[in-house]
Amino acid sequence: MILSEDVFLLQMRFLLLFSRQGKLRLQKWFTALSDRDKKKIIRDITHLVLSRPPKACNFLQWRDLKIVYRRYASLYFCCGLDQEDNELITLELLHRYVELLDQNFGNVCELDIIFNFEKAYFILDEFVICGEVQETSKASVAKSLEEADSLQETMEEYMSKPTY
Amino acid sequence: MSPSARLQEMIRVIRSARTQGEERGIIQRECAEIRAQFRQGDNGVRSHSLAKLLYVHMLGYPAHFGQMECVRLIASPRYNEKRIGYLGAMMLLDEKQDASLLITNSIKNDLCHSSQYVQSLALCTLGCMGSAEMCRDLAPEIERLLRASNSYIKKKATLCAVHIIRKVPELGELFTPSARSLLSEKNHGVLHGAVVLITQLCERNPDTLGQFRKAVPELVQIMRSLVTSSYSPEHNIAGISDPFLQVRILRLLRILGHNNDSASEAMNDLLAQVATNTDSSKTAGSAVLYETVLTIMDINSESGLRVLAVNILGRFLLNNDRNIRYISMTSLQKIVQTDHNAVQRHRGTIVDCLKDQDTSVKRRALDLSLALVSAVNIRSMMKELLIFLSTCPPELRSQTASGIFNAAERYAPSKRWHIDTIMHVLTTAGGDVRDETVPNLIQLITATSELHCYTVHKLYRALLKDISHQSLVQVACWCIGEYGDLLLKGECEEIEPVEVTEDDVLDALETVLQSHMSSPATRGFALTATMKLSTRITDNVDRIRSIVSIYGSCIDLELQQRAVEYNALFKKYDHMRAAVLERMPVMDKNSPGHTNGDISGELIKESETSKSKPAETGFPSESASQKVCDLLDLLGGPDTPSPAPAITPPTTNSSAGDLLDLLGGLEPTPVVPNLTVYEKNGLTLKLQCDRQTETDVTVTLIGSNSSLSDITNFTLQAAVPKVSLKMRVRMSFSHQGTLCQDTVQIDSFPSDVLNFQPSFSPL
Repeated sequence: MILSEDVFLLQMRFLLLFSRQGKLRLQKWFTALSDRDKKKIIRDITHLVLSRPPKACNFLQWRDLKIVYRRYASLYFCCGLDQEDNELITLELLHRYVELLDQNFGNVCELDIIFNFEKAYFILDEFVICGEVQETSKASVAKSLEEADSLQETMEEYMSKPTY
Repeated sequence: MSPSARLQEMIRVIRSARTQGEERGIIQRECAEIRAQFRQGDNGVRSHSLAKLLYVHMLGYPAHFGQMECVRLIASPRYNEKRIGYLGAMMLLDEKQDASLLITNSIKNDLCHSSQYVQSLALCTLGCMGSAEMCRDLAPEIERLLRASNSYIKKKATLCAVHIIRKVPELGELFTPSARSLLSEKNHGVLHGAVVLITQLCERNPDTLGQFRKAVPELVQIMRSLVTSSYSPEHNIAGISDPFLQVRILRLLRILGHNNDSASEAMNDLLAQVATNTDSSKTAGSAVLYETVLTIMDINSESGLRVLAVNILGRFLLNNDRNIRYISMTSLQKIVQTDHNAVQRHRGTIVDCLKDQDTSVKRRALDLSLALVSAVNIRSMMKELLIFLSTCPPELRSQTASGIFNAAERYAPSKRWHIDTIMHVLTTAGGDVRDETVPNLIQLITATSELHCYTVHKLYRALLKDISHQSLVQVACWCIGEYGDLLLKGECEEIEPVEVTEDDVLDALETVLQSHMSSPATRGFALTATMKLSTRITDNVDRIRSIVSIYGSCIDLELQQRAVEYNALFKKYDHMRAAVLERMPVMDKNSPGHTNGDISGELIKESETSKSKPAETGFPSESASQKVCDLLDLLGGPDTPSPAPAITPPTTNSSAGDLLDLLGGLEPTPVVPNLTVYEKNGLTLKLQCDRQTETDVTVTLIGSNSSLSDITNFTLQAAVPKVSLKMRVRMSFSHQGTLCQDTVQIDSFPSDVLNFQPSFSPL
């Protein structure tokens, strides 16, 4: 088994975003893995998910993990879960993340995530920590993101330069 | 060009590359520039460069040289630089990198920062990539934050604590007291984190679990207020108040109530309330209901509640949403053993799901259907399963076939039904069945003597239709060879009479022999069957003789050998032919002579008709007949003690009796795995037993020459009885000009080899 041994039950192992052509747009790993293992997982899962028919069920089994995925426009949002995890609530989690992205970017599309990938990570990190939801109120997360971003802008104004 | 344009410009340029090579070139240039900027240490630009590097990393290119830059940026006083530095740390520095330790100090400082957003960065990063060492270092700090900070920090600190416990379980004790008090928080984020933390603590430590059982009433209360509370927009999803929190609480209750009556009783009413009141029209509600069902089934709930849970799953089965059907079947699978009758009530719906379009749903339905087969419903279930087999996706066929075989074996209402079912599977999915199907079916057929006529007629007709499925063809050939006389008689109660001539039968077998679709093993079956018919037919023996002699020069070594030996049987040993080719005795599946394990090994072969083959196969035909002769001597020699093994049924012909009366009277004794059985005239024979799997042992006989001169013309023959594990070996060889011949008896095999029985595949 290529996944790390010191991982206990009930955990989201990773979250991946990839396009319909299989290009990776975001990867968040909640367990420690070697680069080689990560690449292999990405390859296998991308291939598995992309070959599913359109009306198929959003859950599938891969090795000893449950894979939950959903397609939003041209992006696939995909999670790897442990055997005991609740797939339906994970679907809600993915949906909440998309909502947060949408709120932050305003009608988010794949290009937003490509050109502002670091923002997508910041949003995710404000919603999920080590594979668990940290804040269940959408408004709360949005507010924290706003305040953090404004902290950044203050810096920018001070430096009179844009961020990145 | 302004700095932010630089990152987005770079992304644009990379995306415009038309080939992989072009992209690599651009990346190389950019990385060189990034490296230069890292070296320069110009404060304004470093964070941009790291951002660019992180993008390059996401494309899959190496980015190790950015690790130190992350460390430096994290230590910077500016928020934007810290932010990107921490992100870089989470992406590039995992616990396997040494550089990760360098940020421990920065994290420690940032955990006490005046800005909660800086604290948050530190907490998030520690929770994401903190190594065991870092966790040990920073645990006291986290514990302090758990107790005394605002809710924004508390909720992050709790999840960070979860990560620490995952990495260093002993630190659980540190967090247990504060975790308990967190349950009285009002903030949902903190509450959610607290429940996750307590779940982790309970899973790791049974004592802690006992402690937290006292918190069940509190958890029940929180849950109740969530379920009955009025609409609160902040946490509401599709009419459910904070489903994330509800699901986590239910999961914790599951762990606390498992195997504990008092805890289970305390949560009984709540679970009933949630199960009845939750609206499952949307995913959020279904998620909560799903978790409730799992909890009910896993604790010591009263039977009424269990029935309620199974009924919810039954309702899920009828849901339009495919996801819900899928998870309902997954849950039913878990409880099908314990609550079999309850699940049986939904059998109809489950069987209908076999026809669903989705492969995942089909797979679940198949597992569940196979688990629901019983003696009562076997006929109807098998009909459905056979229909499924003919239409199911290829990846499920082998599983379906073996499931059908198992079910048929356990619940077959009649032998004829059983044989029909297996034949149906072989015609539908013959390519996907496992190898032991062939001997299993043959054993079943021989045991059902009243149906021999029916079976051979059916198989013959199947053979005429299609010879592409190897398993079916093999079984058919074997049966035709064995029961050819019944086939030729033409009449059979169960089947309409059909005229079958000897030529027809031989034509069929020859077609199999000559077809390019037949595998070498199948052709072996066909040839042997043809040979067996020589004693069962009257007119066409010459035709058989000519077939056999043609194959005497076949390129396939196995076929050639068989043909040559059969030829010899015609020529030199015609008087023995009838006995040798006699009808096989009934194989009893549970007898010591027949199980699923098999001894394979180059030199040990089964000998139903006592036709052990010599080890060296490259010899010309004359010595083959010589060897046959020798072998018959070997087995029927005068030094063989008289009592036959009890299991082998007595045969009518006395010479056959000799042949089948193998090596009686030898008692096995346990011995070491490596055993030298013979050592003389320069030849050493060693026996080696390796246990490959639970049912397979490979016994290898290794011959070696310990003398200085060559050993030539080496022949080795081995014979093994059906009943117990003994072996008689005869060898002949030329050494230093003299012809040596010797026989050795191997009575003792290693004890673990003795503990199981060999199986013999029929010729």
